[in-house]
Amino acid sequence: MRSNLEWRPCDGSNGKGSSCHKTALTTGSPVSDVVFKTQGITKVYETGAVKVFALGGVDLELFSGELTVLLGPSGSGKSTLLNILGGLDHATQGRVWFRETELTDMGDRGLTRYRRDHVGFVFQFYNLVPSLTARENVQLVTDVSVDPMPAEEALTLVGLRDRMDHFPSEMSGGEQQRVAIARAIAKRPEILLCDEPTGALDSTTGVQVLEALRDINARFGTTTVIITHNAEIQRMAHRVIQFQDGKISQVSTNNHPVAPSEIVW
Amino acid sequence: MQALDKKLIRDFKRLWKQALAIALVLACGVLILLTAFGMHKALADTRATYYERNQFADVFASARRVPNSLIPEIEAIEGVSAVQTRVVGNAILDLDGVDVSVTGRILSLPQSGAPRLNIPILQSGSLPSPTATSQVVVNAPFALANGLVVGDMFHANLNGQKRPLTIVGTALTPEFIYTIGPGAIMPNNETFGIIMLPQDAASAVFDMDGAFNDVAIKLTAGTTPQMVIDRLDPLLEPYGGLGAYGRELHQSDSFVEAEISQLRVMALILPPIFFGISAFLVSMVLGRIVALERSQIGLLKAIGYSNVEVCLHYLMLAALIAVVGILIGWGVGGWLARAMARQYAQFFDFPFLIYGASPWVYAMSGLAALLTTTIGAAQSALQAARLTPAVAMQPPAPPQYKRSIMDRAMAVMRLSQPTIMIFRSVLRWPLRSGMTILGLALASATVISPAVMTGALDKIIESAFYETNRQDGMLVLSNDMTESVIETAADLPAVLQAEGQQFLPVILRNGPNEKRVNIEARRPDVDLSRIIDTDGTQINVSAGGIVLSSRLAAHLGVAIGDFVDVQFLQGTQKTHVLRVSGVIEQYFGLGAYVDLEHINQLLRQSTRISVINVSLEDSEVRALHAALRDIPRLIGVIMMTDSRRSFSDTIGQNMTVMNTIYIVISLLITIGVAYNGARIQLSERSRELASLRILGFTRGEVSYILIGETMLLAVLAQPLGWLIGAQIAVLMVNGFSSDLYSIPLVLHPSMFAKASLVVLAASLASVLIVRRRLDRQDLVAVMKTRE
Repeated sequence: MRSNLEWRPCDGSNGKGSSCHKTALTTGSPVSDVVFKTQGITKVYETGAVKVFALGGVDLELFSGELTVLLGPSGSGKSTLLNILGGLDHATQGRVWFRETELTDMGDRGLTRYRRDHVGFVFQFYNLVPSLTARENVQLVTDVSVDPMPAEEALTLVGLRDRMDHFPSEMSGGEQQRVAIARAIAKRPEILLCDEPTGALDSTTGVQVLEALRDINARFGTTTVIITHNAEIQRMAHRVIQFQDGKISQVSTNNHPVAPSEIVW
Repeated sequence: MQALDKKLIRDFKRLWKQALAIALVLACGVLILLTAFGMHKALADTRATYYERNQFADVFASARRVPNSLIPEIEAIEGVSAVQTRVVGNAILDLDGVDVSVTGRILSLPQSGAPRLNIPILQSGSLPSPTATSQVVVNAPFALANGLVVGDMFHANLNGQKRPLTIVGTALTPEFIYTIGPGAIMPNNETFGIIMLPQDAASAVFDMDGAFNDVAIKLTAGTTPQMVIDRLDPLLEPYGGLGAYGRELHQSDSFVEAEISQLRVMALILPPIFFGISAFLVSMVLGRIVALERSQIGLLKAIGYSNVEVCLHYLMLAALIAVVGILIGWGVGGWLARAMARQYAQFFDFPFLIYGASPWVYAMSGLAALLTTTIGAAQSALQAARLTPAVAMQPPAPPQYKRSIMDRAMAVMRLSQPTIMIFRSVLRWPLRSGMTILGLALASATVISPAVMTGALDKIIESAFYETNRQDGMLVLSNDMTESVIETAADLPAVLQAEGQQFLPVILRNGPNEKRVNIEARRPDVDLSRIIDTDGTQINVSAGGIVLSSRLAAHLGVAIGDFVDVQFLQGTQKTHVLRVSGVIEQYFGLGAYVDLEHINQLLRQSTRISVINVSLEDSEVRALHAALRDIPRLIGVIMMTDSRRSFSDTIGQNMTVMNTIYIVISLLITIGVAYNGARIQLSERSRELASLRILGFTRGEVSYILIGETMLLAVLAQPLGWLIGAQIAVLMVNGFSSDLYSIPLVLHPSMFAKASLVVLAASLASVLIVRRRLDRQDLVAVMKTRE
């Protein structure tokens, strides 16, 4: 199945001022403003004799600067897709491009390089290193990046300027998730991939996290993908891609994304 | 410092107890390697340097009286590079203020000054003037022990003449690194000294003008001692040659060699055990850490850390443990090496200091420890490297339990659920359970092996001092004398009972097998120095028979009923055939025993003796010593009571130290294994145990699962530990046995019980420490934790 949406939103909030135009989807080489492009990717997990089809042929394009929400119930294949886009996993079949670079058969070394240089991750359970402070958790990334922003700046951007030297165990869930966002953006990534970033948070804290993500997207034009099963969150997206049983069931554009503060669940 | 390094250091701090438990085991390996190998090398190097600088000879021979005209013939033997002849004798010394009898070995110094071979190193004063008749150099330890300095004077009973001698110098010689008097079992510098006298004076005293009775030979490179011995023996035979021998039979060198090979055995057997256990512990702990940090590993990879960086991160954690272990090992090992060097300084007389372990031994032991922990960590670190980030982010699959025969057996036994949990866990991780059992078994073995050695030494002391040699003193005669001398001895003060014994140097032959020994001849049913069989009965040698120690019989390849050729090296040098009438177990030397009267009949002489064994009345011993100094034909007195006491004291002290060290080592191994095992178990089972608590299990019931598994493994380890301990003891007994002594294998149930008690108690203590964490467990928090 191929997504039939071939255009990107144009809301003028793009910090980098990238252009808004329709792009023609052609098979073969990707188009320049397309950040991600997938062709018929499938993913099959084999555990013993049992085969689990996590993705059943996904065609998709994601555009520079857009904030996309991948919506779907648990087990619908969202996280699997995110892992493949983020270079954490390989597809069983099909092809994947990041801009002009094909990730499909890239080796471990190449994928590591790709993640190090281009991708920022935010996970549901924050995945902070408990033995490192907020600042040091961010430094984990800045230590290996080419042109990172200082850890302090990243933490200031997510509103944690005063909590930099606290350990994860001394912070609330929302604060921990914002540390994770600061860690993800500190390398100035082109793409921010967020897997259920509010999944473990209450509504108020969740909104704070979404605001941080929205802010980064608007300010730096970072292409942002948010995975969620929370339908409310789609209201802040430029584009919403719905997943069902490992396939894209629906793609819709949101011409009037709302501010996260207006979202309640 | 990079953030990942900070994580490393904080992880290490968090794990410090576990890390220390491992580091201490590793440190044991490092320190034993450092001391045993370091001292082995130091001792071997020191000896080699000393021998080379001071031209220690390769072949030695004694004879009754050889004319100097034979010297060119000896020099002409192919392979001989230098020959040094001299006059050697024994004397009773009379030292001012010393009550006990002191024996001196008299060595002549050549006219030219220092000898060419076995060159003494002057420690003070000078060599005697060649023409002086009463100037001597004494060995430095003897001077030190008796408070003698240059200029002091003492008397010596030289071949029947009591003469004053003045000390002009003190010296050390490579011939007497281990200075042990005739018949003694331990060096005693107070009662035995080396006295060097100018050639002319010595010749006059021992009636050796134009002759010598002792020769040392240095060989050219590539010549074996046997080649020269084979040519030398026939030359000396007409002059009462007692058979030449190489360094391996040289008394001082063979003691040093025995010590060196003991250190080698220790360096080879023990460190691998400790390194092996450390590797296992590192592997166990790191395996758990990698399991616990699964999602962190995924994260590190997600944010761009390479496999190599992740792998190195965990290897570094193991390396930090190794560094702590190495530093502790080096610290304690360095101290121990110095303590051993002091010990050696007490027993061995080297002119220069044996300086502990050299830097490269430190480097080597450190590298070995680092390599060990790296090997232990490798599997887990590689596993962390291989984990793909997407998989790492997911919780691991739950362990797969399958029904087995054991489950059916447990069902039949109607075990409680907690007990079934213990058994399942042991069976679920067979390798880990097996390694834990092995580790704890080695801990038991560590206590057993030195206990076996202690038991062996007790047995040796009992046998040698209280069953075989029951005399209080031995009076050594300068030449064999007729038995009538016993009556004279019986009249001496303090002497209650006197019996004679003869020592005869011989070569025993059976086909191609031969051995040069001193056979002992005694009358049947003597009371003081007896031949005792393993069952404690006294053995009398029949006329025409010979009783051999089992090692000697094995060396010659003979059994009871076989015949051996006995070539007597004194007198006519004739060979007689004797029948082996008995083989006995013996711990010192290579004993061979014959009947006194029969052997003298074979030699066609009246019955003679070389030694008078006496039992003494304690209160009159001082008077005896005073009387002995004036008896001309006496060359030495061995006070067995003193020997017994000093041997028992020294051995007892050493054994207490050794047993304590090994118990500490065993405790370290046990704690290392049991504590880490319980910590890992708790970590893996915290959710499970918290669930049980929530279900209503008491703390005691939950603790039972934790304690039960560790103690089950500890109990299972015991029989294996006994077996390994006994095997190591056998290895040690064989490794330490030499021609000088053999060590009996003494195994007693109390040794095994003590070892098991130590290990089981330490295991319980370790697991109880971990159990305290169970009490502090926050049930709700544990249940919320994502695996």
